[in-house]
Amino acid sequence: MSVLQELARSLTTGEVKTVDLTHTLDPDFPVMILPPEFGQCARFRVEEVSCYDDRGPGWYWRNFSCGEHTGTHFDAPIHWISGRDLPNATVDAIPSAAFVGPVCVIDCSAQAAADEDYLLTVQDVTDWEATHGEIPAGAWVLMRTDWSKKSGAEYLNMRDDGAHSPGPAPETVKFLVKTRDILGFGTETVGTDAGQGAHLAPPYPAHYILHGAGKLGLQCLANLDQLPPTGAILICPPLKIKHGSGSPLRVLALVEG
Amino acid sequence: MTDPLQKPPKKNPQRRAVLPTLPPAFRSRKALAFTAAAAEGRFCLQKCNDCAKFTYPPREACPHCLSMDLSWQDIPTGGHLIAETLVRTSTNTYFRERTPWRSGTVKLDAGIAVLAHIHGDVARGGRVHMIARTDKSGKGVMMALPEQEVENMGDDKQLRELTCDPKHRRVLITDGRTEVGQTLAKTLGQAGASTVFVGQAEDWRSFAGLKNLLDIPNVEIMPLDITDTISVQNCAAEIGGKVDILINNATHIRPGGVLSRRDVVSARDEMEVNYFGLMRLMQAFGPGLRARGADGVNSACAWVNLLSVYALSNKPEFGVTYASQAAALSLAQCFRGEMAGSGVKVVNAFYGPLQDEWHQPLPPPKISAKVLAREVTAGLQQGLEDVIIGDVARDVWQRWVEDARVLEKELTQIEGM
Repeated sequence: MSVLQELARSLTTGEVKTVDLTHTLDPDFPVMILPPEFGQCARFRVEEVSCYDDRGPGWYWRNFSCGEHTGTHFDAPIHWISGRDLPNATVDAIPSAAFVGPVCVIDCSAQAAADEDYLLTVQDVTDWEATHGEIPAGAWVLMRTDWSKKSGAEYLNMRDDGAHSPGPAPETVKFLVKTRDILGFGTETVGTDAGQGAHLAPPYPAHYILHGAGKLGLQCLANLDQLPPTGAILICPPLKIKHGSGSPLRVLALVEG
Repeated sequence: MTDPLQKPPKKNPQRRAVLPTLPPAFRSRKALAFTAAAAEGRFCLQKCNDCAKFTYPPREACPHCLSMDLSWQDIPTGGHLIAETLVRTSTNTYFRERTPWRSGTVKLDAGIAVLAHIHGDVARGGRVHMIARTDKSGKGVMMALPEQEVENMGDDKQLRELTCDPKHRRVLITDGRTEVGQTLAKTLGQAGASTVFVGQAEDWRSFAGLKNLLDIPNVEIMPLDITDTISVQNCAAEIGGKVDILINNATHIRPGGVLSRRDVVSARDEMEVNYFGLMRLMQAFGPGLRARGADGVNSACAWVNLLSVYALSNKPEFGVTYASQAAALSLAQCFRGEMAGSGVKVVNAFYGPLQDEWHQPLPPPKISAKVLAREVTAGLQQGLEDVIIGDVARDVWQRWVEDARVLEKELTQIEGM
């Protein structure tokens, strides 16, 4: 039996399950907030075109609008200035092999519960590796914080001094990119960086370092607590938007058992 | 003294809502100038530019010298009641439902005798203060009030037909995230509104002033984001049947004209709030208000648009925002036409630069949230349709009335040249 035949059989029997890592695209879902003098991320919106009525008697459909970075979404390298001159840095040009791959999940939920500004350290990564083995080159690394279980104002956790949510420390991103050569990094928060990421060096280290090295980002992920530390397959193809910097997307994982 | 208006009892669910009937609605083109002035709260009569005599009712030619050169001019509002009638029945359904109705003849200090509705506290043969207002048909009428303010004067049955007094009414303020929204809520609460619903968009984003809002008695916070059709529909589904006054204060403003911007992104945001947001509100809340224009003491009575006075004529320093305000003004005119006959006034409140973060570099005079809220509330209490707030707005409005094309030239000329 070929590998894919085996996979197909396992999907049918339930030996391999799919886990949806996506938040529903909802007009009320928080987006990144920038100072008002900057351009803003468009919220997700829908306008009904017809609903079995005089506007279209037999069909229901709607127009939707949003930013490339609204809801559960994908960041292409060109999203950040550090990645702007890289080849294949837009969502339409990234080789599709990058959208399916192995995923390592580092559980920081306890630390994030204790410290809203928790930064993932290199030590956390190497401790994780001591148990689960070295992160393989070309893997996705997801930082589990259970932040996706928060809603309303607690999600952005915005105060007068900015948002407060966990993310990776700059040296951790460097380690994952340079020493482990990961494919991409994902989080449950509104961005791949911590809420206070603007005050790190470099500012927004996950964005700056990941995309500068041609790596990918995923954020606003959900259900990471349903993934094993290793052994799952991540499926995350963004919309093929011409010259796109990112896109909302459905993120799935295949897990055994 | 007028008997104070009592808080209306809860609605009897077995009774059909009273449909709005109307006082006479037709006016000639000449006479509509009186309506336009009344909408602003101005008391005007025609004056002959040749023989300098005032004339009434509106005419094509001066009855004294036959000159065609008549112009509308403000006239002193003093006078005294010389005759009165208590109408006990009428063939007009509007008045028939509201009898007894006091009307009479007032001799103005300027020498003209006019027909007017008479406030219950005007003494027989007494001195009066005349006002011009639009009635339920949206047409200008005169009313004689006591010369001096009396207790509960606004509660007079006939006067309340001409005003949009928030007393005992339920108000929706669409955006509570701003200082203007919070101050409006407070001011309208103080003016006797029984409930002040305050819209709050994006509760996932904290904002200063939420506590102030919650401290105001009778305030109910409602989830409402006017850029989100579903949110607007949900809000209308919940409270649309009990909003008597809707004040749309939600606005999106950014500095700059066309060439100082690099894209249409924030212009689109401005249109989303200032134009499409307004339209969403109109589509969701308009039918409910229109159906309740004669629904007793707390009938639906007013829809208030807060508009920059530069909606009338653009000024490039905030030119793209003002373009969206002009779109909103045009939509408000359309809506006014569609609401005509409902008994609900569509009020446009025009203001100049506000004392807010976006107008921070602009020199004074600027409008504080307090003044804006006070003037909007006073405009409702007085029953105005065009409320002009502050010196800048007054100046622009007057110049627009005088000559819109000259105003355009002035607002777009290079400064210091």
